[in-house]
Amino acid sequence: MRALVIDDSRAIRLILGQILKALKIEVIEAGHGLEALEKLKEFGPLDLALVDWNMPEMNGYEFVCEVRKDDQYKDMKLMMVTTETEMAQVIKALEAGANEYVMKPFTKDMIVEKLTIMGLEID
Amino acid sequence: MALNPADFDYISKIVREQCAIVLEKGKEYLVDSRLMPLVHQEKLGSIEKLVIQIKSEPRSSLKDAVIEAMTTNETSFFRDIHPFETLKKEILPELLAKRKDKKELNIWCGASSSGQEPYSLVMLLKNDFPQLNSWKINFSASDISNQMLNRCKSGIYSQLEINRGLPALLMVKYFERIGTEWQVKEDLRKMIQFRIINHSESWPVMAPVDLLMMRNVFIYFDVEMKKNILGRIRKLLRPDGYLFLGAAETTLNLDENFERMPFKQSGCYRLKQG
Repeated sequence: MRALVIDDSRAIRLILGQILKALKIEVIEAGHGLEALEKLKEFGPLDLALVDWNMPEMNGYEFVCEVRKDDQYKDMKLMMVTTETEMAQVIKALEAGANEYVMKPFTKDMIVEKLTIMGLEID
Repeated sequence: MALNPADFDYISKIVREQCAIVLEKGKEYLVDSRLMPLVHQEKLGSIEKLVIQIKSEPRSSLKDAVIEAMTTNETSFFRDIHPFETLKKEILPELLAKRKDKKELNIWCGASSSGQEPYSLVMLLKNDFPQLNSWKINFSASDISNQMLNRCKSGIYSQLEINRGLPALLMVKYFERIGTEWQVKEDLRKMIQFRIINHSESWPVMAPVDLLMMRNVFIYFDVEMKKNILGRIRKLLRPDGYLFLGAAETTLNLDENFERMPFKQSGCYRLKQG
């Protein structure tokens, strides 16, 4: 299984990457939405993306909208991992096509539970 | 500071006397982690001083606070997921078909703790079985801890708790933001009757139950009390009703009247048929 971790914080990318790698998921990192789209072109459709909201160049919401426009990524699971905690933002992300939503701060257990909710088979 | 053996024995003794929960050697860490917040709250400095205080005033509310702290569980929404998938795909469709004439369902969550389990079940009923809107659902949820029951009734959860196991779509549908916290919507809260029940004492009179969630309760009890509780469940459960135990719990060698259902890691049991 391959996942994209998109966050402008290197520390958060590292933490999320470690959680995913412990689950035997291959991790590709991107610092913002535009870079993430480039990685998708390079690597092709992935199984999962963990997406921060507030990032330079292209934010996470815009990234979700872009990905959902392209049919080749229709099976890719998108999970927001963000400090945005307003109900309106959660609804906006889900309506744009995000599959799940985690509000920072997070724990490993939270991430694992949400991956299970999305139907990903993890070790 | 390490918990001294005499204090551990004393805590074990009062917990066993009050609610028949067995704390075996090796559970010192559990006592320590559960009671230190209380020690800090009461400004006592150590569990040793907490024990001295209780011994000097055995009828004080401090003893009740210790019992509450020791019987409170960590939990999450849709904990262990498999039981809920089994309920959604197998058990509830079957029960709904069998009860379609009477349109009535009796459900009991026997260890509701801070409420995630009963609310998960209510969300499952509302979201996946909308036909139940016209049914009479008698939904009880119980716990030994008064403090926990009050939390259940409020239906208020922190951001950290709301992140645990709750699908975002259900959060949007069934919760409201209250300041920095999240509250289960009123119509869901009203569906559940919360009550104090101590499993080691006699249970209140209840109508026969179609679905009984008794997960992660047995791990605290000794063999005799487990047999006793299963005997009472046997009388309470409808002949075609279902019992859910925790993933690490079983009726095996305790009560031969139950059979385990072949659903993946669900801990689902029913009374032996015929």
